[in-house]
Amino acid sequence: MQIQGVEIEDTFAEAFGMWGARLIITADDARWAAIAAVGATGLATSIIGCGCEAGTNALADGEETPDGRPGVAALFFTMSRSSMEAQLLTRVGQAVMTSATSACYDGLSGAERVKVGAKLRYFGDGFQSSKLLDGRRLWRVPVMDGEFVVEDSFAVAKGIGGGNFFIMARDQAAALGAAEAAAEVMQAVPGVILPFPGGIVRSGSKVASRYKGQNVSSNTPFCPTIRTVVDDTGLQEGENAVLEIVLDGLREDAMREAMRLGIRAACRPGVTRISAGNYGGSLGQFHFHLHALMDA
Amino acid sequence: MGCISCAAAMYERGGYALRRKESSSIPVEADSISPDRFVGLSLSEVAALPAFYGRRKVTLGDLFEIDGMDPDHITVSGDLKAVKKIGYGMSRGQVTVAGDVGPHTGAFMTGGELTVHGSAGDWLGAHIRGGRIVVDGDAAHFVGGAYSGETRGATGGVIVVRGNAGREVGGRMRRGLIVILGDSGEFAGAGMVAGSVFVGGRLGARAGAGMKRGSIVAFGEAPEPLPTFSYACTYRPVFLRPYLRRLSAWGLAGESELADGAFRRYVGDRNTVGKGEILIRDQSQ
Repeated sequence: MQIQGVEIEDTFAEAFGMWGARLIITADDARWAAIAAVGATGLATSIIGCGCEAGTNALADGEETPDGRPGVAALFFTMSRSSMEAQLLTRVGQAVMTSATSACYDGLSGAERVKVGAKLRYFGDGFQSSKLLDGRRLWRVPVMDGEFVVEDSFAVAKGIGGGNFFIMARDQAAALGAAEAAAEVMQAVPGVILPFPGGIVRSGSKVASRYKGQNVSSNTPFCPTIRTVVDDTGLQEGENAVLEIVLDGLREDAMREAMRLGIRAACRPGVTRISAGNYGGSLGQFHFHLHALMDA
Repeated sequence: MGCISCAAAMYERGGYALRRKESSSIPVEADSISPDRFVGLSLSEVAALPAFYGRRKVTLGDLFEIDGMDPDHITVSGDLKAVKKIGYGMSRGQVTVAGDVGPHTGAFMTGGELTVHGSAGDWLGAHIRGGRIVVDGDAAHFVGGAYSGETRGATGGVIVVRGNAGREVGGRMRRGLIVILGDSGEFAGAGMVAGSVFVGGRLGARAGAGMKRGSIVAFGEAPEPLPTFSYACTYRPVFLRPYLRRLSAWGLAGESELADGAFRRYVGDRNTVGKGEILIRDQSQ
């Protein structure tokens, strides 16, 4: 398959089930809502080293925040419910509660819930209070600029982590331009985040290493500087740079839509191939076949 | 079972319509007028439900012309000023009262929606635990209150009065939301343990006397709170915004009726645990 002269490999991205949470972070203005959300989702690129994968996301079309102020959606993905609670407690407590004028609400609905406000309330040192509105409990924690309003618990839902595709290009500038174009359109899809810096990964990894105690290492088959000295290179001659897009999502259809839009945006001059990472299909529950995506 | 045409006629009748046969000031106790009591009953069985006309035990059929078949939609009309306890303890469905209604309307309600297209007597929604009551006109005393000797009034639900209300709105309430879009009488939120009382007009004197926790919010004018309340600060409470949005979404209060803004926060009542609050909108901002 070719799109605008770019080869789309007949392969698939292999993704995994994760737990997802969606927080609506508001503030008196959009700038401070973004500051709080970016802080809360900071250093959350990979589950391997960060404990969770997170990113900001635009609100859905027509979606309004619970308090009517400007807001940002922040999506978090972990491997377990318990780790989600720990991550949200830390991140909401350290980055949202500390951010001027902020408030934090649940952006999902569901019976599976983790306690966040229910635990953060103790920061109020006995002066916290709560309001129960339409079945949702909001905690009011006294802080130095007024009150921090945070929802008692947040829903967690089955999500998908580790969707991906690779952009092979003739040079670094072409790869980066294509990856930026892909990231821009993908980040606009509700329910999908790109957890790496700028939505782009330059240091893709493989789950193996020649060193004891090192579980992952550089994705050597796709490193152009060692193309001729590794036995299993995945690069063709003339491919001098590779960038990867990694995405997590709350729904499979949103993941498909984001990948389709991203791959199409990445098919630009200077790009040679689009491929994807998998483990042979035996590990991940979700397989995103590139040809099927682009035919849809 | 009747024929198809009978069934069609019943379908057309839809919800129950009860029309008071006469006009009288003799008190009527009609706690049978509730979807919970009507469900599963035929029209004749509904008409045979008990009521009190003064001290005399009668049936609903003696007092009302009754028609309909859907127990979850009940409309009551006629002279209801002396009719008490409509919607008493209801947990489901919709009850609509066309005109003014007597005391104890919606008392002990746990669910459903009760609408009064008129004014309501004392004890509207007393001890309400859930559901929603909307009164287009005024309400008398003790809205969402606790009966004498009881320690807890409202423990949930929503009561909205578009007009004015009398004394002791939300007295001893434990949870829930009471909104008076007009003025409130004295002692609003007296003895509150938790919950929220919003007053869109003028808040009456001595609000929050004896309150332990909970919120009394005055969007209009308000007298200086009791001396057992202390002024804390003037700020913009974010928690009010979800309430106002929800009321707007329910169509119960427009943006102009309850505008947010800066509020003066008073904390009290220091005669008790003193963790309650009175928020008074700062009219200068």
